[in-house]
Amino acid sequence: MAEVTLRNISKSFGPQVALADVSMTVPDGSFVVLLGPTGAGKTTTLRMISGLDRPDSGTILVDGTDVGAHSPAERNMAMVFQQYSLYPHLSVHDNLAFPLKSPMLRTPRDEIARKVAEVAEILQISHKLDNKATELSGGEMQRVSIGRALVRDPQIYLMDEPLSSLDAKLRSDLRIELKRIQASMGATLLYVTHDQIEAMTMATHIGVLDEGRLVQFGPPREIYENPVSIYAASRLGSPKINILPADLFPGAPAGAAHIGLRPEHIRLGEGIEARVKRVEHLGDQTRLHLTINNHDLITLTDPHTTDKPGDTVKITPQTPLCFDAGGDRIK
Amino acid sequence: MSGFSVTEPSNRQKWIAAVLVILYALITIAPLLWIIATGFKSPEDAIAYPPKVLFEPSLEGYVNLFTTRTRITEGMQQTLPPPATWYQQIARDSGTMIAGPSRYGQRFLNSVVIGFGSTFLSIFFGTLAAYAFSRFRVPIKDDLLFFILSTRMMPPIAVAIPIFLMFRQLGLNDTQLGMILLYTAVNLSLAVWLLKGFIDEIPLEYEEAALIDGYTRFQAFYKVVLPQAATGIASTAIFCLIFAWNEYAFAVLLTSGTAQTAPPFIPTIIGVGGQDWPAVAAGATLFLIPVMIFTILLRKHLLRGITFGAVRK
Ligand SMILES: Nc1ncnc2c1ncn2[C@@H]1O[C@H](COP(=O)(O)OP(=O)(O)O)[C@@H](O)[C@H]1O
Ligand SMILES: [Mg+2]
Repeated sequence: MAEVTLRNISKSFGPQVALADVSMTVPDGSFVVLLGPTGAGKTTTLRMISGLDRPDSGTILVDGTDVGAHSPAERNMAMVFQQYSLYPHLSVHDNLAFPLKSPMLRTPRDEIARKVAEVAEILQISHKLDNKATELSGGEMQRVSIGRALVRDPQIYLMDEPLSSLDAKLRSDLRIELKRIQASMGATLLYVTHDQIEAMTMATHIGVLDEGRLVQFGPPREIYENPVSIYAASRLGSPKINILPADLFPGAPAGAAHIGLRPEHIRLGEGIEARVKRVEHLGDQTRLHLTINNHDLITLTDPHTTDKPGDTVKITPQTPLCFDAGGDRIK
Repeated sequence: MSGFSVTEPSNRQKWIAAVLVILYALITIAPLLWIIATGFKSPEDAIAYPPKVLFEPSLEGYVNLFTTRTRITEGMQQTLPPPATWYQQIARDSGTMIAGPSRYGQRFLNSVVIGFGSTFLSIFFGTLAAYAFSRFRVPIKDDLLFFILSTRMMPPIAVAIPIFLMFRQLGLNDTQLGMILLYTAVNLSLAVWLLKGFIDEIPLEYEEAALIDGYTRFQAFYKVVLPQAATGIASTAIFCLIFAWNEYAFAVLLTSGTAQTAPPFIPTIIGVGGQDWPAVAAGATLFLIPVMIFTILLRKHLLRGITFGAVRK
């Protein structure tokens, strides 16, 4: 396992800028999650590191060595593709064994059998080993594709939305399993996801990408509690952070154009009057949809609340996040 | 279900379809059956009018195909020892005596060597070139592809004389190697275009996965691309073989002896001892067999068709 560093990486496809001057270090043994909407440059970042694409400028270092001239095979990195990319002419077993048989690894037979069985067990696909890769459901293909990475012991695992097609139960099983593997092997992972539970529970660091720029990098709690911008603040939190005009409440600091309120920034009971629009029981949380002067916000409330639509409640912001007109944070 | 179901045709539709297919098959296969039947007729039955559908089968055509014979007179019949083998008997019955083997076997062997040799080379180079055209950024790619195809745009006769002169200089006239190279050159354009189409259809993702999994570009090509191009390779090989196998114009002009293939040889059989249609038909019948076997062997790759991949779109 190794430390991977990106220095001023830029990449464009024609006029489309995919990455703009991205610098970041994935420390040895860390679990780094990349967050950002579709088109933010997450996949491109992984492809640069793996060597499938070359950056227009910038360097990529593995344990301090510039790997710019190395082929993907020489970089010894495992990658789970967003689109699975299983070998259609091979069985599930042979798909999993494929990297182990490579000229780079030349694994002995019994070792291959052991590793494939072990990984198939973890991913709950042991009963499908003899299937053709094309005879699988989307979720099974995705697990085989994760397995093809896990059979190896690479410098770094690159995973592009690896759990996106799985049902909730399997997803939470594998979340725990991946985290366990990472912790017990001391593996380094760079992981792309849209799922904030994955980001919050698995990451040691989160990188927030916005149209090819890395706008914030740090531990999950820091991104959550101390976002640098409205964009970064909106990546995490469920319900999503409420962005409201600063003058809606008294006492906003000078220069603030917007304030950001997460449920924990809202005290119910006194202050400004808000009308209840809807009460939403989600099981694990109860959401209160409110409106103040035609500005909507969502907060959490007691599951046994007696509030109903049309009622009026009073709210006070507590240590809200303040942003200037451009969306940047004001401390 | 609605009335627009496309799943099951009605019985009547099935019958009409079956009748049409059978009719079409009969029309296409009739000349073939005619040739096969003629091979087993006697020379008199072969030219009988109206044509005989039922006839007494004879191996005379096949014996004539594989032998050269001299005509013998009634008087000589008495003095000769009785025929030792069944084919000598057949020759004797038609008033001839076997003088030696014909050159059909050797011409047939030339066809096999030249046909399969050029098919192998066409596929070998065609696959490599098609892969490069499909995957790499080749300068003036479209022009090159058009140029490759343009070699097929003129009739063979237009280039036969330059090729003849060139071959004479290089000592390739009437050699198997010369014909293999020539047919490879002609087939290569077809092979590159067909195979490029098939390789274009194979998503790049598989090779990228193989590169990540520790394979070099070339290893990814033969471990991942080739198996998936099997359908395309099989059908291209059949087209190349059929062309090389049946090619007549170049063969007539560039071969005469040692390297002559069967197509220019078969018509010459007619001249040996009158109009020997059964021998010609026998030569044509046997000549069909290798291509048929080759096609049947590769058929399972053709029928397997395009497998839907394991890539999420
Ligand atoms: N091969 C390519 N050709 C052209 N544009 C591309 C290519 N790959 C990525 N892009 C563009 O680069 C940007 C970043 O893409 P990507 O890294 O795939 O985003 P993400 O994975 O975050 O959704 C997008 O605008 C995308 O359209
Ligand atoms: Mg992506």
